[in-house]
Amino acid sequence: MTLSISLTVNGKAVTADVDPRTLLAQLLREQLQLTGTHIGCDTAQCGACTVHLDGRAVKACNILAVQAQGANVTTIEGISEPNGDLHPMQAAFREHHGLQCGFCTPGMVMNAIELVQKHPNPSEDTVRAGIEGNLCRCTGYHNIVKAIIAGAAGMKG
Amino acid sequence: MNAPYSSAYIGQSVKRKEDQRFLTGGGTYTDDVAVANQTHAYFLRSPHAHAKIKNIDLAKAHVAPGVVAIFTGADLATAKVGGLPCGWLITDVNGQPMKEPPHPCLAQGKVRHVGDQVAVVIAETLNQAKDAAALIEVDYEALPAIVNAADARKPGVAVVHDGVNDNTCYVWSIGTQDTVDKAFASAKHVTTLEFANNRLIPNAIEPRAALAQYARGDDSYTLHVTSQNPHVERLLMTAFVLGLPEHKVRVIAPDVGGGFGSKIYLYAEETVITWASRRVNRPIKWTCERAESFLTDAHGRDHVTKAELALDKNGKFLAMRVHTTANMGAYLSTFASCIPTILYATLLAGQYTTPAIYCEVTAVFTNTAPVDAYRGAGRPEATYVVERLVETAAREMGISPAELRRRNFITQFPYQTPVALCYDIGNYDATLTAAMKLADVAGFEARRKQAADRGKLRGLGYSTYIEACGLAPSNIAGALGARAGLFEAGEIRFHPTGSVTVFTGSHSHGQGHETTFAQVVADKLGIPVENVDVVHGDTGRIPFGMGTYGSRSIAVGGSAIMKAIDKIIAKGKKIAAHLLESTDDNIEFRGGVFTVTGTDRKKTIAEVAFAAYVPHNYPLDKLEPGLNETAFYDPTNFTYPAGSHICEVEIDPQTGVTKVVNFTAVDDFGNVINPMIVEGQVHGGLAQGIGQALLEGCVYDTESGQLLTGSYMDYAMPRADDLPSFKVDTKVTACTHNPLGVKGCGEAGAIGAPAAVINAITDALGVKDIAMPATSEKVWRALNSKGKKAK
Repeated sequence: MTLSISLTVNGKAVTADVDPRTLLAQLLREQLQLTGTHIGCDTAQCGACTVHLDGRAVKACNILAVQAQGANVTTIEGISEPNGDLHPMQAAFREHHGLQCGFCTPGMVMNAIELVQKHPNPSEDTVRAGIEGNLCRCTGYHNIVKAIIAGAAGMKG
Repeated sequence: MNAPYSSAYIGQSVKRKEDQRFLTGGGTYTDDVAVANQTHAYFLRSPHAHAKIKNIDLAKAHVAPGVVAIFTGADLATAKVGGLPCGWLITDVNGQPMKEPPHPCLAQGKVRHVGDQVAVVIAETLNQAKDAAALIEVDYEALPAIVNAADARKPGVAVVHDGVNDNTCYVWSIGTQDTVDKAFASAKHVTTLEFANNRLIPNAIEPRAALAQYARGDDSYTLHVTSQNPHVERLLMTAFVLGLPEHKVRVIAPDVGGGFGSKIYLYAEETVITWASRRVNRPIKWTCERAESFLTDAHGRDHVTKAELALDKNGKFLAMRVHTTANMGAYLSTFASCIPTILYATLLAGQYTTPAIYCEVTAVFTNTAPVDAYRGAGRPEATYVVERLVETAAREMGISPAELRRRNFITQFPYQTPVALCYDIGNYDATLTAAMKLADVAGFEARRKQAADRGKLRGLGYSTYIEACGLAPSNIAGALGARAGLFEAGEIRFHPTGSVTVFTGSHSHGQGHETTFAQVVADKLGIPVENVDVVHGDTGRIPFGMGTYGSRSIAVGGSAIMKAIDKIIAKGKKIAAHLLESTDDNIEFRGGVFTVTGTDRKKTIAEVAFAAYVPHNYPLDKLEPGLNETAFYDPTNFTYPAGSHICEVEIDPQTGVTKVVNFTAVDDFGNVINPMIVEGQVHGGLAQGIGQALLEGCVYDTESGQLLTGSYMDYAMPRADDLPSFKVDTKVTACTHNPLGVKGCGEAGAIGAPAAVINAITDALGVKDIAMPATSEKVWRALNSKGKKAK
């Protein structure tokens, strides 16, 4: 059995036929070829699959694709400028070496953007608590925290 | 040759080339690769820690929707597919080879740990493969299981492998026992500790994955796989397991999402799907789920140790005696056997002049996942032994921990240790002094008092570690049992218009080689770093390389590139001499320009490259066209990064919650190519080391052998709010035996940190020891049992 769904992904209307048990993360990766959204666990703990769903950061492995019917989804592929310029948060991660292997990075950046939207001037403690749901095994978080604080400044333009 | 560089790129924090793709979702990890007509594999795994397989009934599964094929161990046996090999032969105390029981890719009659592979289902979709696997009926006869190393040799326990009745892989030793025993007999003070080095699960955030494609047209295979060393993967798989011609298999390790050792090894899954891709004549994709990853990725550490240090009345170390039992798990993983021996016991001298050391290691099989190298691999375990002993001895003798270390530091180099290694250079006092300043040790007692006023306990702990990196001189490794060489390969390919592609046998899975290696090449060839790209991880493109582990990439891989650069410059001089109508020995090369000595006649290296590829005016009678050089480098010694870590903790005695409030690391990695990247490597290592000390511990149920820490809900990974910001710095003594004077930095944090943390906690609590991970429960219990005793 498949179900047909329609949603907006990175500003484009898409429709897809999905097995009802398909996760949003699987829809993005396997049917829409948006492989920047990564899957690092099976218990909604690592956060590598974080995307924005109607403006909220959600773990795309923790929601069925059919639940995204009619939603507006933004992934890591959808946040740079059309000319390729990086989003201020992406730029801050590069500037402050906030990534190593890059696997947790898309989820970390998507969560960081939402964090800064809620807390425009985050303290180190706020950032550390705010990314507690995103695991990184490479960086020890030191430079991620620096990057998010710098990215917050960058997002003010 | 080892003077610090003052140059255009080396030593600069150049921003990383790889970041653009990783930040925009443009990376290509193995699971991102999808090909037409691909099928999906799902492995049915043992739910038992130890069981006989009496029967496997595939009838219902075979007719399930979408099933393409199902294979079991019987199919592999019929096809004469071999078992997974171990790459290092350890010879035991009696001169006998270690026990190497078979490690089948799919179980042959018996399963030996929870998660052991029993069958593979290949189907049109992953869900169909999983649904069909649920229909396979396996008739198991459950057997008793043994999981703890300390119990594995006790009489009457489960026997993991027929023919290895005492579960003992080997008993191995280093050093002279008599000399050490005599030194202990004459010692003024002996410090003794008994502890476990807790078992860890590596947990790279990218799970293992593979995509195997068979091409009937030329009888060849292409395997995308999450590997730290694609050529080693190919060699082991083709020559030892599948019996395939090496040139017919291309192994590609594209972007890899972290390794930490766990992606060095040849695993069953990629081997089985490579074999099966020919049988089904379709591509097969397999991606590990995290739950499977916990069960089947090679784990790390898991030692049980009794360690003793003998000192004279002045605190000079006289001897060290160590007995360790190391858990190998159910099977020998690729390099399992060398970790608790060659990479452990040889590091027990630490930074000290201890004249006599004896270490005996007993490696045992248990019904648990295989154990192999995990970030640091043997060296964290050695550092933990040495640095816990030293700190404890200092407290017992009433000497300050820093002072006791200084009294025993090695200060003359080269230094031959009693445990085989010869340190080429170091300055341990320099890193300790700098770390104490950066950590404000002088202000610690005031901070301790302030904490006490708030009802909190503060403690300070040191760890002055050493590691042996840059693996490894092949002849020495071979004499010690390595079944492979440990050189590295590099190729510099100039293009006609002056840009360069570098091909390296090293593999980057977060380390940033695409940037650091480009910095080295751009610097030495005098060209813009933007004009240099680095290719790695594809046996179809790079020369035969050994890959990345053991902090070897810049020290060995970088040296191979340096040798290739030397060849490029030597040939460039010949070409320039011709173009400039001079002789080779009159040509100087500097800053990308060949100049006739003492004149202003010159050619840029881009002009020379162009002449090499458009050889109209070229000494074709004496010189081949082209500017493309390959080099292989085999190191003459290990490198010896070393440093001082200082940890300060604050404990809430009400709850036992321990916070690392300051962590300082001053390391000597030799010359540093990119300080930003080196600091990042230190941060990550520290997080893993602090994780081991405070949070992480793999637990199997001792009765059932079930993994109790099998998810991120149960296994405590360090999260951002568990860690502080770190204070890191470097001091430099340049490595004396490689052309860049570099030592490697990838593992230092994980090696030094655990002892520093536990030394700090035991200082705060006023106890001799506390087991890792020192969870709040353990800390609370230590405080409360202590309180009871005091009453």
